[in-house]
Amino acid sequence: MTDSNFKRFVEVGRVVLLKAGPYAGNIAVITEIMDHNRAIIDGPSTGVPRQSYPFKHLTLTPHALTKLPRAAGSGVVKKQLEKEGTVEKWNKSSWAKKRAAVEARRSLNDFARFGVMLAKKQRRDVVRKAVSKA
Amino acid sequence: MARSKELVPGVGRLSRSQVFVARGLHKGIKKSDTPAAETPAPHVEKSIGGDKNGGKRLVPTTKAPRFYPAEDVRQPKKSRKSPNPPSLRSSITPGTVLILLAGRYRGKRVVFLKQLTSGLLLVTGPFKINGVPLRRVNQAYVIATSTSVDVSAVKIDDKLNDAYFTKTATKGARSAEEEFFEDGKPKAKQPLPESKTADQKEIDNSLIAAIKKTENLSKYLKASWGLSKGQFPHQLVF
Repeated sequence: MTDSNFKRFVEVGRVVLLKAGPYAGNIAVITEIMDHNRAIIDGPSTGVPRQSYPFKHLTLTPHALTKLPRAAGSGVVKKQLEKEGTVEKWNKSSWAKKRAAVEARRSLNDFARFGVMLAKKQRRDVVRKAVSKA
Repeated sequence: MARSKELVPGVGRLSRSQVFVARGLHKGIKKSDTPAAETPAPHVEKSIGGDKNGGKRLVPTTKAPRFYPAEDVRQPKKSRKSPNPPSLRSSITPGTVLILLAGRYRGKRVVFLKQLTSGLLLVTGPFKINGVPLRRVNQAYVIATSTSVDVSAVKIDDKLNDAYFTKTATKGARSAEEEFFEDGKPKAKQPLPESKTADQKEIDNSLIAAIKKTENLSKYLKASWGLSKGQFPHQLVF
């Protein structure tokens, strides 16, 4: 078989990012596929209760739990997550870091935005001086 | 008083006898025991000076009106509504940094001191930092930020009330001639009384000491606020 262009598959154990709903922004694991529209997801250590979720509201991540049996209960999922350290891997990924940075930027209050402006000015000044020297 | 709730115009929830019971009319209608107010005598004897004026005279206590209207017009009923005491947004507490949105100092970031009895907010720049003096400001034209200064050490005198800030009455009416000659020249401004500058300095000194404790806060208060491209107030966190 030639190499498929697809790298991330909807499968049991795939770590997904929730795009919509009350748990938007969290990650969870696909534990069972219901039909062509929905799957049962579970995120015991990320605060997502076990529930059916439409694929429309999920994004696949490059992470997956390989050893997860189909229709595993929350306890098993939790154990596997801890064993593989998936949540830490996700948090270290640049995707997660970018999301965190955007969220932090949006939550800045007026004084913090002022501080950012001062910091940018300082950086700009240092760069300009270095460039003019070179 | 127990009122019969109107189900349909003309039809109440309770019948006449039910209303009677609800009002407790079997106990009788209360009569208050206030004594009749003392009415002064209609005429007062007054002694008049001068030889030919009769010495004493009966003068009515209350004079009849000089003018009666031509027709008996219906007087509108006096309103029994009174304005509510002014409320304050929960985001505004003493020491909060506010952004003024209108008026001479629009765009300035100022420190909130206290709410006056009229409902207006007492605010100061501090004057040394951004040129905003002790001033009254309307809550509606203000954005409350989540930044605040510790004003527990700042003593706000009780004399800083609404009467302190009202405009002093200008000199009485001038003659038409005077006004004609003065036309075109701006009215001479009264210099600010020394007491007001002293009050300003007193409050500002303790405030500035508290402001210096936070890094960049005095720079922040010095700078003006404005919206730049891509910023929308309903999406910003203040």
